[in-house]
Amino acid sequence: MPSCKISILTTHDAHLIIMEDLIFNLFIFVLAAFIGFELISKVPPTLHTPLMSGANAISGITLIGALIIAGGSESVYSQWIGFTAIVFATINVVGGFMVTDRMLEMFKKKKEDEK
Amino acid sequence: MSQFLPDFLQLYIPNAIQIAYLIATGFFIVGIKRLNSPATARSGNQYASFGMLLGVVVTLFDREIISFEFIIAGVLIGAVIGIFAAKKVQMTAMPEMVALFNGSGGGASALVAWGEFSRMDPHFFDIQSLVTIGLSILIGSITFTGSLVAFGKLSGYIGGGRIALPGQNIINLVLTFIAFGLVGWFAVDPEYQLVFWLLFGLALLIGVLTVLPIGGADMPVVISLLNSYSGIAASMAGFVVGNNLLIISGALVGAAGLILTNIMCKAMNRTLPNVLFGAFGGDSAGAVIAGDSDKSIQQTFPDDVAIQCAYAKKVIIAPGYGLAVAQAQHALKEVANLLEERGVTVKYGIHPVAGRMPGHMNVLLAEADVPYDQLKDMDEINPEFSTTDVVLIIGANDVVNPAAKTSPGSPIYGMPILNVDEARRTIVFKRSMNPGYAGIDNDLFYSEKNQMFFGDAKKSLNELAAAIKELD
Repeated sequence: MPSCKISILTTHDAHLIIMEDLIFNLFIFVLAAFIGFELISKVPPTLHTPLMSGANAISGITLIGALIIAGGSESVYSQWIGFTAIVFATINVVGGFMVTDRMLEMFKKKKEDEK
Repeated sequence: MSQFLPDFLQLYIPNAIQIAYLIATGFFIVGIKRLNSPATARSGNQYASFGMLLGVVVTLFDREIISFEFIIAGVLIGAVIGIFAAKKVQMTAMPEMVALFNGSGGGASALVAWGEFSRMDPHFFDIQSLVTIGLSILIGSITFTGSLVAFGKLSGYIGGGRIALPGQNIINLVLTFIAFGLVGWFAVDPEYQLVFWLLFGLALLIGVLTVLPIGGADMPVVISLLNSYSGIAASMAGFVVGNNLLIISGALVGAAGLILTNIMCKAMNRTLPNVLFGAFGGDSAGAVIAGDSDKSIQQTFPDDVAIQCAYAKKVIIAPGYGLAVAQAQHALKEVANLLEERGVTVKYGIHPVAGRMPGHMNVLLAEADVPYDQLKDMDEINPEFSTTDVVLIIGANDVVNPAAKTSPGSPIYGMPILNVDEARRTIVFKRSMNPGYAGIDNDLFYSEKNQMFFGDAKKSLNELAAAIKELD
C-alpha cells in the first residue's frame, strides 16, 4: 500500500508547516508585546485619557481582518458577517483617532496661549 | 484591487503588502511612543492614524479580496457613525465614548473570527487555527459585552454600585473555565455547531457578569483593561486570518493597555485582582460604618460660602467625579474667575484618579479653558494645603478621605490622597450624605473645620457665582 504511506507523510508535513507558522506568529506576538510594555513608561496622568483612547483606536486594526472576510468570502452569509465587522471596526478606528485628536488639540491650544 | 494593476506588477504585490505592513507597524510604535509626552502627543496620534490608513489601503490590494460592495458600504457607514460620535461627544462623556469604541473593536474581532470560520468548510481548518478562532471569539465577545456594561454603568443606565450574586467571583471563575473547555471542544469537533454557539453565548455572558459587579469608581481601570483585551482580541484575529500587522498592533495595544491599567491601579494603591474581584463593598465590611448617628455635620449655604471664599487669600479647588457627572466645569471656571477678579489666588488640586478616568479631570478643565499652570498634581499641591484658607471639594469623596491615612482597617488605607484636612476650612459640595463609590464613610465631613454644601454641583456653583457677584 505505497499510496497510503505517501498520503500519511504529506498530511504530517502539512501539519509541521502549519505548526511552524503558528510558532513564527507566536514569536511576533511575544516580541510585539514586549515592545508594548516598554513603550508605556512614565506617562503623566494628564495624558492617560488620550493615551487610552489612542491605543484603543489602534486596536481597531482588526478592520483589516474584516476587509478580508467581507471582500474575500464567497458565501453571502460570511460577507454579511464581514460587513458588520467592518462597520464596528471602522467606528472604532475613525471615532477613536478623531476623538483623541479633539482632546489633544485642547492641550495644544493651552500651550500656545502660554507663549 | 490587484486586478487593476498590470501583470508585471502582480508578482510583487504580496511582498509589497508585507513591506507596507512593516512601515505601518513602525508608525504605530512611534505613534504610541509620542503619546507619552504632552508636547508630541498630538503628532503621535496622527502617526498612528496614518499607519492605520496605510495598512487599510494596501490590504485592498490583497488578492484574496475580490468584491468591494460590502467593504465600501461598511467603511462608509462606520466612518459616518464614528465621525458623528467623535464630533458630538461631550468631554465629560469621554469614558463612555472610549468604552463604546472599545466594545465595537472587540466585537469586530469576534466577528472576524466568526466570518473566517463561516466562509470555509470546517474540515479545512487544522486544530491550531480552530483554537485561535475560538480564543478570538471568546476574548472579542467578552470585550464587547464587558464594554457595553461599562458604558451602561458610566452613563447611568445601569446602577453604579456592586451588582452581584452571592459567590459571583466563583461563578465567573467556573464559567471562564467552562469557556476555555469549550474552546478546546470546538477545536476538536468544529462540525458540532452547538459547541460553537455555546462558546459564543457564554463568552458574551462572561463579559456581562465580570463587569457588572465592579463599582462605578473602578470603571476606568476596567475600561483600560478591556482596552487591553480588545488589543489581544485583534491579535488573535490576526492569528486567525494569518496577518502580521494585526498580530503586532494587537499585541502592542494589549501590552500597553496592561501597563496603563497597572499605572492606574498604583495611583489608587490597589492591585488589579483587588479591583476585579472587588474588596469594596464586599468582604471588608468591618470598615463600612456609613450612617453613624453620633456624628454631626455643619451645613452651609451659597451666601456664606461666597463670603468665606471672597475674603480668602488662597482657595484650592479639589474637583472629582461629581463635577464630571454634573458637567459643572464651566460653572466652576466662572466661580474661579470671579474670585480671581477679587484678588484671591485660585489653584486646582488634581488627584491622579479624579474624574471618571485617569487624566479625565485635566481634559475637562482644559475644555473649560482653565489655565494649565493652575492645575496642580497631587504631589505638588499637598504641601500647600496648610497655608490655604478655603478648599472647595466638588464632587470628590474618596480621594480626600483621611481614612486613607489614619485607619489601617479601611479598604482605601494607603491610597495617596489630597491632604485637604490641613487647610483652615473645607467645604464639600455634595448631593447628599451618601457614601462615595468605595462605600465608606468620610470622617472629613464631620470635622469641625468642614461644612457641607448640599445640591447638584452645577446648580450650587451657579448659586455661588451669583452670591459672589452680589457681594459688591
